[in-house]
Amino acid sequence: MLWIAAIVLLVVVVPVVVLLLNGVLQAARSIVPSVEGIAAVAAAGSRDLDAAPLLLTTQDQVQRTVGGLADYGGSLDVILDDAEHAR
Amino acid sequence: MSAVGAVFLVAVLLIVLALVYFLVSTIVALRRITAGLDRVIAGVGEIVEKSAPVNDVVTSINEQLDAGVELLEGLLVKKAGMSDAMGLVEGLYPGAAPAGLRAFPESAAVKAPRIGEVYTKGTLTLARLGREAPIAALSPSGAVLRNVEGGSLAARLLYPSVRHDAPEKLPGSPVIGTGARDQYERREDVGAPRKRMPARPS
Repeated sequence: MLWIAAIVLLVVVVPVVVLLLNGVLQAARSIVPSVEGIAAVAAAGSRDLDAAPLLLTTQDQVQRTVGGLADYGGSLDVILDDAEHAR
Repeated sequence: MSAVGAVFLVAVLLIVLALVYFLVSTIVALRRITAGLDRVIAGVGEIVEKSAPVNDVVTSINEQLDAGVELLEGLLVKKAGMSDAMGLVEGLYPGAAPAGLRAFPESAAVKAPRIGEVYTKGTLTLARLGREAPIAALSPSGAVLRNVEGGSLAARLLYPSVRHDAPEKLPGSPVIGTGARDQYERREDVGAPRKRMPARPS
């Protein structure tokens, strides 16, 4: 009886344990490249956003442009007659 | 030690060795995953930090641009009228009139006159600008084009003077008499009897 148990332990249990542990190890190792890729993409995305502060300059330029547009439009409003008046 | 005990010992030893090898390898892999996730979190944190003010700034820019569009559309409709405004839009950007003006939804239903066939592209716009137009560079001090329908002479004055208008100041007509600017001494022989020439010998 002990012989049977010993053989089962050696032939069945040990391979099963090795198989299960190998599966866990392979799963853990397969995650590593994905995490490395995600980290690289996150770093690249962060670098892409380095130009985001330039939006403040764009905002200032747009405000100035619209301000100049309003001034120019006001001048045109004074210079040109309205369509109803011209007709 | 019996043979059975030895087999058991070997089996248990193999199991322990397998456990040690695979668990240590798994731990190493999990540590690499942890380090990678730390870098991911740092990168995502930077992204969140850098993109935080973007929404407000872009919203502000859009509001400014919307105000500019409403200003220009309102000015165009006010000065040119809805019909001519749509004709001008259609002339400058063919196919844009059916979309209408953003601030005037009813403009989409306006039938645009074919202004672009009468005037060259942009000429109407420049002509309406009057003194500010580049084509009026030669007569910047001229009259502003106000009556766009009846003021054809004013419109012609905007163009370089090639053949449309006369010289600014022609030489004045000569003034004669005592009021003339240039007084000349009167000749003695003017009005006097004609001198008789000596008779030619025959």
